[in-house]
Amino acid sequence: MISENQDILWRLTDVAFGYNGTSVLETINLELRRGYSYGILGPNGSGKTTLLDLMGGLLTPDRGTIDFLDQPLPSWTKKKLAQKLALVPQEFTVRFGYPVREVVEMGLHPHLHRFAAPNEQDQTIIDEALRLTGISHLAKRPVTRLSGGEKQRVAVARALAQKPQVLLLDEATSNLDIHHSLEILHLIRSRFEKQGLQVVAVMHDLNLASFFCDQLIFLKQGKIICQGPTREVLTPENIKQVYGVEAEVRPNPFTNCRQVSFRLPMTP
Amino acid sequence: MMLPRRSVLFLPLIATLIFAIALSATLGFLQVSIPDVFTIIWFKLIGQSQPESVDAVAATVVADVRMPRILCSVLVGGLLGVSGAIFQAILLNPLADSYTLGISTGAAFGASLVIVLQIFGLNLPTGASIPVFAFFGGAATLGVVLYLAAGDRRLSSTSLILAGVIVSAILSAAIGFLKFLADEQVGLIIFWLMGSLAGSSWSSLALLVPTALFGTLVGVYYSRDLNIMATGDRAATSLGINTVRLRTILLTVSTLMTALAVSVSGIIGFVGLIVPHMLRHMVGPDNRLLIPLSFFTGGLLLLVADTLTRAILPVEVPIGVLTALLGGPFFCILFKKRQQDGKSDF
Repeated sequence: MISENQDILWRLTDVAFGYNGTSVLETINLELRRGYSYGILGPNGSGKTTLLDLMGGLLTPDRGTIDFLDQPLPSWTKKKLAQKLALVPQEFTVRFGYPVREVVEMGLHPHLHRFAAPNEQDQTIIDEALRLTGISHLAKRPVTRLSGGEKQRVAVARALAQKPQVLLLDEATSNLDIHHSLEILHLIRSRFEKQGLQVVAVMHDLNLASFFCDQLIFLKQGKIICQGPTREVLTPENIKQVYGVEAEVRPNPFTNCRQVSFRLPMTP
Repeated sequence: MMLPRRSVLFLPLIATLIFAIALSATLGFLQVSIPDVFTIIWFKLIGQSQPESVDAVAATVVADVRMPRILCSVLVGGLLGVSGAIFQAILLNPLADSYTLGISTGAAFGASLVIVLQIFGLNLPTGASIPVFAFFGGAATLGVVLYLAAGDRRLSSTSLILAGVIVSAILSAAIGFLKFLADEQVGLIIFWLMGSLAGSSWSSLALLVPTALFGTLVGVYYSRDLNIMATGDRAATSLGINTVRLRTILLTVSTLMTALAVSVSGIIGFVGLIVPHMLRHMVGPDNRLLIPLSFFTGGLLLLVADTLTRAILPVEVPIGVLTALLGGPFFCILFKKRQQDGKSDF
């Protein structure tokens, strides 16, 4: 029984949430298991980011319960949660010119005693995070002087330095060019495969999601339309229902995963 | 690993401050030599009567007139510097400080209210009620300013400072009304409103020392959290920081520091703005350094300014007027520069 439950990362039961009376999510029931990378997809305003924020404990649901690792989310202290869970936001804006290395070092915050300085092992973690994200050469640069793509890589590096069990990505690669997007997603994917880093990603690009995610959750107007293994739910019918576009989905031997092409519905 | 190396900065700064304190104590209408100053302070500290070698008048002037004022200027400057550093870090806004946010004016309104109420025969204990009223005046102002600026979720410089200016203007009018009510006692309010350390005494110090110690320690305690706040609310929350609690604690403590400074010295503007700003350019934005450095630098700056007006200028210009005259143009330059950059690259 217990070992079975250990496999469940999140269980959301009848979760509802709204801002100032406007409902954003209604009756969400969801179970996320260990060993899959999840993608949350849907049109703008469908509640993807809100769902991610609820799962990350950044928002509290109006109704329903959320369990994380078999414990109700409210029973987690913010610090304990931060030791397990890291977030890469869509836009990583830093208001003061901290050097890149110091920003990455902030990832150690939930693990370090308040006045402790990072020890040698921590320094190695920071170096490794900088190296993996390809920003070692920027370590001393003020983060305010970086390009959008570079900043995003700093955010990923910081999330890696946080040594989480689960990584929440909120359209983390939306602002990156295709090369950097693929690099970041490959990096996270290999951490997932080799080190068991669990990933839940809000994504916009269906083709990147097809490459990156084992399981997809489609949201529309605050409701789950469908969910399941990528190869089963990434279908023209579902895409039409969620996004209102016509789509063709076919396996692509070049990328070795299913790829989607779109067009607007024909007007009669 | 970075910290110990950079804390080397503190030693020369503290040494300069001690030297400046001693030097300032020699200056004034009555010239006293530096060795005599140290002797007088030492005997005052150990509580013995002054030795024969020191002039009795000099001893009284240094120990009971100059020292309280000098130490008050250091502490008020330090309080303003630290509260400015905290306001800038928590509101993510390098143009924020207790003066530009209108908190000083709010605190001054609270304190003037006490003076006027006393004229009308309400028997309030001045020592306790002025700081208390100043704090509530400051806190209420902060609340209104944040409420007015909250429509803009990122609390941008422009909306915050605009809100600060609006509220300050209303409060200034309210203070004007209090001055009108105060009638012939108006001189008391005016002199104090312009900012002056001339009324400093050892009892002011009893108020300032614990506040400065407490406020600076709270600031240092939360300095790492403050650094992380600069990367945005969501990111900070996901690193385990309770952003609402942090904001509440630090805004309250900074308002308290401002209110105490105002209740001793009146409104002294721009110190809290300039000090953290300058330091950020010199040592970077790390609050673990910035907050303690702001204390010592703020103290040094206000000590120098106060010594200038007390002992060097031919007439004693109110210190608040002096800092506003010097700091105002500096603020204008910063404001213009930020507009041209179009970014908050500090």
